[in-house]
This record gives sequence, C-alpha cells and structure tokens, in this order.
Amino acid sequence: MVDYELKNRIIMKEIFSSFRGTENELIPILQHVQEHFGYLPESAMLEVARFISVSESKVYATASFYSQFRFKATGKKHITVCQGTACHVRGAGKIQDTLERQLGIKEGETTADQEYSLEAVACIGCCALAPCIAVNNETIYGRLTPQKVKVVHEPIRGERKNGQKNHSGQPGNML
Amino acid sequence: MQEVKLVIDNLEITVQEGTTVLEAALQNGIYIPHLCHHPDLKPAGICRLCMVDADGQMLVSCRAAAAEGMVVKTGTPAVEKVRRLAVELLIAEHDAECLTCGKNFNCKLQEVTRFVQIDRERLQELKASERKPVDNSHPFITRDYNKCVLCGICVRTCDEIQGAGAIDFALRGYATKISTFGDNPLRESACESCGECVERCPVGALLPVGFQQPSREVETVCPFCGTGCGLFLGVRGDKLVSARGNPRHTTNKGRLCVKGRFGWSFVNSPERLQAPLIKKDGRFVEAGWDEALDLVAGKLSQYRGEEAGVFASAKTSNEEIYMASKFARVVLGTNNIANVAHLCHANTVRGLLPVTGSAGMTVPAWQIRESACFFVAGCNPTEAHPVIGLEIRKAVREGARLIIANPKEISLCRLPHLRLPLRPGTDAALIMGMAKVILDEGLLDEKFIAERTINFEAFKKSLEIFSLNEAEEVTGVSKDLIREAARVYASSKPALIFWAMGITQHSHGHNNVWALAHLAMMTGNYGKPGAGVAPLRGHNNVQGATDMGATPAWYPGYQLCPGYELYPRFNKFSSSQEKFEKAWGYKLPDSPGLSTVKQFNVKAKGWGGAAMRDLQQKIKAWYIIGADLVNGVAESGHVRRSLEEAEFVVVQDIFLTETAKMADVVLPAACFAEKDGTFTSTDRRVQRIHKVLEPPGKAKADWWITSEIARRMEYSGFDFQNPGQIMDEIASLVPIYGGISYERLKEEELRWPCIDKNHPGTPVLHVDQFIKIEKAEFWPLEYIPSPELPDEDFPLIMTTGRTLPHFHYNMTRKVEGLNKLCPEDFVEINEIDAADLHIQSGDNIKVISRRGSVVSKAMVSNRIIPGVVFKTIHFIESPTNMLTSSEFIDPMGTTPNTKVCPVRIEKVAIRKLEGLGEK
Ligand code: SF4
Ligand code: SF4
Ligand code: SF4
Ligand code: FES
Ligand code: FES
Repeated sequence: MVDYELKNRIIMKEIFSSFRGTENELIPILQHVQEHFGYLPESAMLEVARFISVSESKVYATASFYSQFRFKATGKKHITVCQGTACHVRGAGKIQDTLERQLGIKEGETTADQEYSLEAVACIGCCALAPCIAVNNETIYGRLTPQKVKVVHEPIRGERKNGQKNHSGQPGNML
Repeated sequence: MQEVKLVIDNLEITVQEGTTVLEAALQNGIYIPHLCHHPDLKPAGICRLCMVDADGQMLVSCRAAAAEGMVVKTGTPAVEKVRRLAVELLIAEHDAECLTCGKNFNCKLQEVTRFVQIDRERLQELKASERKPVDNSHPFITRDYNKCVLCGICVRTCDEIQGAGAIDFALRGYATKISTFGDNPLRESACESCGECVERCPVGALLPVGFQQPSREVETVCPFCGTGCGLFLGVRGDKLVSARGNPRHTTNKGRLCVKGRFGWSFVNSPERLQAPLIKKDGRFVEAGWDEALDLVAGKLSQYRGEEAGVFASAKTSNEEIYMASKFARVVLGTNNIANVAHLCHANTVRGLLPVTGSAGMTVPAWQIRESACFFVAGCNPTEAHPVIGLEIRKAVREGARLIIANPKEISLCRLPHLRLPLRPGTDAALIMGMAKVILDEGLLDEKFIAERTINFEAFKKSLEIFSLNEAEEVTGVSKDLIREAARVYASSKPALIFWAMGITQHSHGHNNVWALAHLAMMTGNYGKPGAGVAPLRGHNNVQGATDMGATPAWYPGYQLCPGYELYPRFNKFSSSQEKFEKAWGYKLPDSPGLSTVKQFNVKAKGWGGAAMRDLQQKIKAWYIIGADLVNGVAESGHVRRSLEEAEFVVVQDIFLTETAKMADVVLPAACFAEKDGTFTSTDRRVQRIHKVLEPPGKAKADWWITSEIARRMEYSGFDFQNPGQIMDEIASLVPIYGGISYERLKEEELRWPCIDKNHPGTPVLHVDQFIKIEKAEFWPLEYIPSPELPDEDFPLIMTTGRTLPHFHYNMTRKVEGLNKLCPEDFVEINEIDAADLHIQSGDNIKVISRRGSVVSKAMVSNRIIPGVVFKTIHFIESPTNMLTSSEFIDPMGTTPNTKVCPVRIEKVAIRKLEGLGEK
C-alpha cells in the first residue's frame, strides 16, 4: 500500500517536471494525470493542488466542470458511447441504455469487478459508422444495434468463464 | 475620498467614490433585492437579482460603481421582469419548508420573495422534485443543499475571509452545486470549522447544529489562545448557548476560529467542579467553603520560604495572577512562584530582556497586514493562533513574502512560500546562516545598527567562525535555500518574525530567540509599523502571567527580585525588593525561587550553575491554580512523584484535572465567563472580560479564593471587593500598566506600556528608543546542539504540538463536537520511515523514549521530514510528556527541551485501546 503510494508519487513527480507550478496549468496537468491513471485519483488531485498552490476544492471543482475528467478508476475495458449528433439521431441513447442494463452500471461508473466502465462522449469522429462506441479508445465498433451491443463485452466475460487468467495491473493501465 | 452624486428613483444621493450602486441604494434606505451581495465580500454578480435600469441600460447594481450624474431606476417593468424570472428559478430549486427552517424570518430569500411577489400557484408549479441528501457529518454545521440558492457567499467567505478554500462550485449547468473536494462530507474536507460561511449564508442551507437563540449577549474575550479575539457570549436562562465574533474588535473583526466559536460549551459541562473537595482516607468528600479554606489556611501556615511552591494560572485574569504573585511572596514568603510560561515563552522573555529590553510582540495584530514579509519559525499559526493565521494568509495573498522554517509542512505552506525544512532544534544554525548571508552580501541596515544598537562587532565576530556549509550540514537545509531566505527577508520591509514553541522549547531556546531578534536588528526591522518580532503567546493570558510576575525572577511589571540582577550593565535592572516591601507592607524573600521544571525536578541541569544542580527537593506544600501540571510539564513522572511525596497540595481549578486528583484539597473556581477581570493578549493589549453568568454550584472566582486564604492566614492587603480595585493596585505598582483602569478599558484599546492615565498606550514598541535599555544590544551567537540526539536505540526525533480543534487536555476535551473533529492522539510519521517500520496510517503504535512509552495511532504523511515524528499534546490517554525530558533546561528561561525527544516506534497489535477517544 505504502509502496504503491510512493510509486504514484514518483509518477506525479514526472508529470510535474514538465510544468512550472502555476494555476493556469491546472487543466493540462489534470489531463496528464488522467492519461497516466485513466482517471483522477483523489491522492493525485491533492498533489496537484499542492503543486500549483490552489485549494483542493478548486482542483476538484474545476475538474468536475469538464466532462473529460473521470473521478473513478476505469475498468479494464473502458467503453465510450458516442452521443454526438450523428450517433444520437441514429439511436445512441438506446445503445447506452442497453449497455447500462447489461453491465449493471450507470454512465460514469465502473463495474464492481473493475472489468468495465462506461462513459458518454461527444463525437468520436466516425460519424459514417454511427451509432458507434469505442473500447479503450482504440477499438471502434460501428453500426451498432441494441442486439449487437453484446460483442463489446461478451468475449471477455466468456474468456474468464473459461478459466483464463485475468490480466492484472493497476486500474487504468491500458493507455 | 471624493464624493459622487447620483439619482436613484428620483432621490438625489451623495456617496463616496467607489461605492456600488447597490450599496448607495441600501445606504439610503432604498431596497434593491439581492442575494449574492455581502458587505464583507467582493461583489460577484451571480444572482442577477439586483438588476436596475441605469441611464436606460440594464445594470448589475452590486458590481457597478456609482457614477456622477447616473440616473438609476429600480422598478421599471423590464427590471421587474428579469427579477421575477430570476427569483422563480431560485424558488423552483428551493426546498421551501420555511416554518421548520432555522432561518425563518431571517432569510434573504424570504425577503426577496416578499418584495418580488410570487403568487402561490406559480410556486406550486415550480416545486423541485429531486431531494439532495443532507450532509450531517460535521458536529457543528448542517449542510442542506435543498435550500441552497447558489449565491456563492460561502465559497467566497471560505476563500476571501478564511483562506481555507474548502468548498467551491462543482459540476456545471443544472447540476451545479457547492462541493468539497471530491464531494466528500464536510468533516472529511479541508474545512477548518470556523463557521464563517454559516454566519453569512443568506438562507437555511448552512446552519449551526443545535442553535439556540440567546436571550442576552455579553461582550468578552476568548479564553483559548493568546490572540485575544473579542466575542459576544449568548446566554439563555443560566446556560451559555452561543458565541459570535465581535465585529468591532480590531484583531478578529468578527471572525473566530473553531475553538472560539464552538468551544464554549465546556462552561456548561456537568463535570465542572461545584464544591470544595477534601481528601479523606484517599477519597474526595464535598465540603463547605469555611471548612476547606480554614483547612488550607491552617496547613499553608506551616510552610514558608523554600518549603512552599505556588503556581499561578495563565488562564486566569491579570488581577488573579497578581494576587497569586503577591500571595506567594507575602503570605508564603517565597519566590517559588511559577506559571506555564516557563514551559513556553520564558526563553523569549528572559532571552530578549538583555537584547531589546522587552519581549512583547512589537506591533498590534491588526498591523500584520502592513508587513511585506513574514518569517514564520517554529510555529503553526493557523492551528494554534488561528485568527493571526488568517491575517498572515490575507497579507500573503496580497503580495507579502512568506518564509517558513519548520520540519512540518504546515497549512500556511499552501500559500506561495519558501520553506526551510530544518531538523528540530537546529534553528540557531539556520538563522546564523541567514545572518551570515545578510552580513556578507551587505544587506544590513547600517544606519539602524549604528544609531540604535550596540555591540555589533562582537556579534559579527561570532559569525566569522561559522560557515554556510556548517549551517547546511547541521540543519539539513540547502545553502541555496538559506541564501534565498536571507535575501528575501532582508529585502522585503517591513518584515515580521513569528515564533512559538518550536523556537523556545529547547534547552538552548534563548539562543534561537537571540538569533531571530538579531536578524530583525541587523535589518532595521524594529520600531516601525508592521515590523519586528511576534513571539506568539499560547494561553489567553500567559502574557499577563509574565507581566504580573508569576515567576521567580521578578515582581509584577518585570521589576527584578534580588539575585536576579542578571545584566549588571544596565543599572535599570536593579532589584525592586524595597519598593515592593514598602508597597505590600511585609518583608519579602531574599533568596531566588524555582521556576516550573525546577520545582519538580530539582536536578534539572542547565540553569543556575552547579550549586543549583544537586538540590534536594525542599518544597513540601504546593498551591496550584489552574494548571494541569501532571500533563503539562515535560517528563511528567517527576511531577507525579513530587506531588505524591508532598505533605500538602491544594489545587484550584474548574475541572478535576489529573493534577487536581492528586491534591489534598480541591477548590472549585469560576471560569472566564463567570467573572470580571482583564486578559493581556499576545500583542500586549489589556482587555476586559465580563461576567456573563454565575459560576456553577459553590464555585468562586480565583481572586476571591486566593485573598480569602490570605485573610484567614491574617495577612493584610488582600481586602478587595472587586477585581477593579486589584487593577488599581496593579496600576499603582506596575509602570507599564500605570494608565490602565476599567474606566478607560470601556472605550479605549490600550497596549502596554501605558504609563499614566493620559498615556495612549503603545501600539508599536521601540519607536524612538528600545524599552528600558535605550539601545538594543547584539550578543555573540553560537549553535548548541540539543542535549539528547537520536541514536540506534531511539532513531527518530519526536516533536510536539497542537491541533486546530483542541487547546490542551481539559477545556476543549470537554466539548463533544471538538472531540468529534479530533477524537484521538496521532503520531505523524514520514512515509519513508513508515515503510521501513511497516506501519500504515491508523496502525496502533508504541512510542518509546528513554523516559517511558505510550500508545498512539500512526498517521503516515509526506508533510513531515524523514527522521522526525510529530505527536499531539492533547490526549491524557496517550500522555506525551511521559516521553519528554526535563533533564536539561535553558540557562536563562529554564524551559525544558520538549521539542527534541528521541524515540523509537513499534507497531503494536491492540484492537481496542481503553478509553481512547469517544465515537
Ligand atoms: S450554501 Fe448558502 S451561502 Fe453557500 S451558495 Fe448556497 S445559499 Fe449561498
Ligand atoms: S466553516 Fe470555515 S473553513 Fe469550513 S467551509 Fe465554512 S468558511 Fe470554509
Ligand atoms: S484565534 Fe485564539 S483567541 Fe481567537 S477565537 Fe481562536 S482560540 Fe480564541
Ligand atoms: S457523432 Fe458519433 S461519431 Fe460523430
Ligand atoms: S446581488 Fe448583485 S448579482 Fe447578486
């Protein structure tokens, strides 16, 4: 536990090394932090507040203003559902509803087994494939219907059932 | 200041330039609806209710300055429309349960709604559906955001006034809300529990828990720290029910810290002593005053001179301390009169007398804002002197520089600052390093040194053999940092140096104090507004305890006793024995007395030469007023043993403290709210305290008890009817209090020296001349290492201190809410040391020193330097002073070496610790 915190602090030091520590760097720093951890851990936000000498509540408040920041660890598979205009008109709402039901979580949440997390985002640039979702910001699944949505998560759950080893690592290691 | 003329609703109005349109209207009795405006805060323009028509344009009146010739209309149809819309939106979001709301009739939203006229039906339509959870986590503050109007007053208060930044606007759009960091419960946030936001919230969203409207209020002074904030205590029936800051008080300006605002309920505690207690066969039995006082008088008459010891209380009034001081010398014929300053700022006082002639804080607290630079050494003002901490925060946010020398990252470190993370006990080396840089780089104030000081050469010489390398090696602070700190300090004027126990609680504490004072002297930082030194006094009246001579070395007013003509060069420091013998009408003792540590640990080394080292315990009887010495004195085992072995001990207190439990007789005292008198704050201000309610049961004011004992022992000079008469006697004998009287204190703000009844008091010390000694004197400096250093067996240095919610071991520990905020002792330990020891936050640990061992909880952090651990002083369940040492005391101030205590830490596997905190 302690070692884990120390390790994180080293990561934070690395992140800070390219900044001067002024208040207007808050957003870019938070972006770096999220890139490393996949979300904004509280301990990291506290370090950021200390680094740029602003109050912790300001760091949190600012981060919470932007939808790009997450406050919970993402699952190993982080599913982003596009809610951009094109996807929206082609039923992205239903896609999201279905995923929420199937995974048993709400948008912005992570499953208890840390496998999946769900996030609604604006256009991900594949409007031709609308409605679409992305997994871990790399694999895109397009032309989805509520029936087809399963492809996103069934394989993994299936694998685990077959007794295959689950990949370990800290939350948010996939980036 | 120029005036501006404008017209509001056909009324011609003249206001000061810079006044906003809203203020101009309100000042002249014209109501404009408003919610987010608050006179103490910068305008924010959030609620849009204050819209007016100015010269045909819509204007947010709380943000616009009144301009010459402006024509303002507050009620045009367009204005009304915007306003109604804004109010309706607010009400839609508001949980209008007015009748059961704590803010009913006092609510700004009601005021606005009444004015704007919203009809009932419309209101029903607007009702919000979703209820947000209420945050009841905090023992003193309820947050119900179903009533929040998002005016941001709390956010701005927390930021602008408190400087804590515990809350802010989070999320956005419809979801916007006021949130702590991570939206955690308030109690787990950075909230400092000052309650300032609660005072200002315009609606019922923030309310004090269990608030009761007082039926009357009395102006008095806070009983906790030396800041001396003014407050109004509210009474209902025979109980204290509220406290609020006095807005006219120049130090706190209406603000209070958590102790001042919420810590008063100890007064109502059922544990207060209500009757005299006499120990019979090992058990206390209640007694009447006559029986108890006759017993005490009879017993005390058997001991005189070196057989008697007296303790005066730094929590009691000047009048009462004066009585104790007189009692010891006249009635018991002894100079063994002590007070807790000997564990505290005695090193400052005795250290500074030969340097600058006085150890008072040089400027009033309200001048902190005028300083350009603060050197905060060995103190943590935001926790121990919170309102002074606020003043520092404010000045730093307005541009003042901040240098912090502390092994701990204190909360002031959240401001832009320069931190010198030195090893405990090496302050003198650090400051000598800074002085050397100032000297070498010619950053001195040579004119000041030449005109207002002497002996600079000797000081300079002592620095010649000291190098910056040595400073770095000893302190662990890099040369570059030391250099930078020296440059910042010497080039930003006026500069003010704050210090407290981190500097003084060492057996070489006076050296640290000298070094700091010399820093101020060599840069000319004396005798000017906002400049000088600010040794922050701990207790509400520990300044008074020293002023009133509750110390072996001097009678009231720093007038020396025989044997203490310490500084023969200044004949001004000759003995005042004759003066006081004449005034008090009795022969006074010739021999020097013992101060706090020496009274219990006669073998303590360091003070008084070899002859004073091998004394046998001679004191056989103690009269102890308002001091829990069993907890308070370093190496408290000596105190326990001494009190056990004593023939007679009488303790006078408001609670049955650990010390009182060891007494033969316990006398119940009135607390600060139950008597009249004066306290002297850390900035030398003498302030009246007023009786707010009657003491519980048979309890009596300390001055009455002390004089009653004296009278029963048939001594004259103790026939006072009220504390005002005692103050008159003080004024007649103590030159620096010469002009103080209750009459003047009604109206005037007086700081000593106040020589006679026409003297205006002295806001800034040493303006033309240094007090008493005319010219300040430099002394050669040397760095002396702490006597006990870490080794293999005891590898960590333990240092000690306060937390924000608590003061010591008794008063605040009787306040349920404060115990909730800080329920148990902890030991802060660096994460690297913790990893070595396999310790995690929350683990039960044993802290072991050469004196003993106690059990506590670990708090792993990276805010303390490796090799050092910090332990609180508040918890008698884990008594810190069982660990500290009193083997060595300072040769001048007699303060023990509390801040450097080598310890070893071990993990222990106890699940439940008996009596540790309450849930
Ligand atoms: S809690 Fe009170 S002060 Fe804070 S924003 Fe809401 S209404 Fe305003
Ligand atoms: S009580 Fe004080 S510190 Fe806490 S949120 Fe309110 S203003 Fe801020
Ligand atoms: S700062 Fe000190 S004097 Fe002021 S309210 Fe707090 S404890 Fe009382
Ligand atoms: S709108 Fe969904 S990809 Fe563009
Ligand atoms: S009072 Fe002016 S905008 Fe709120």
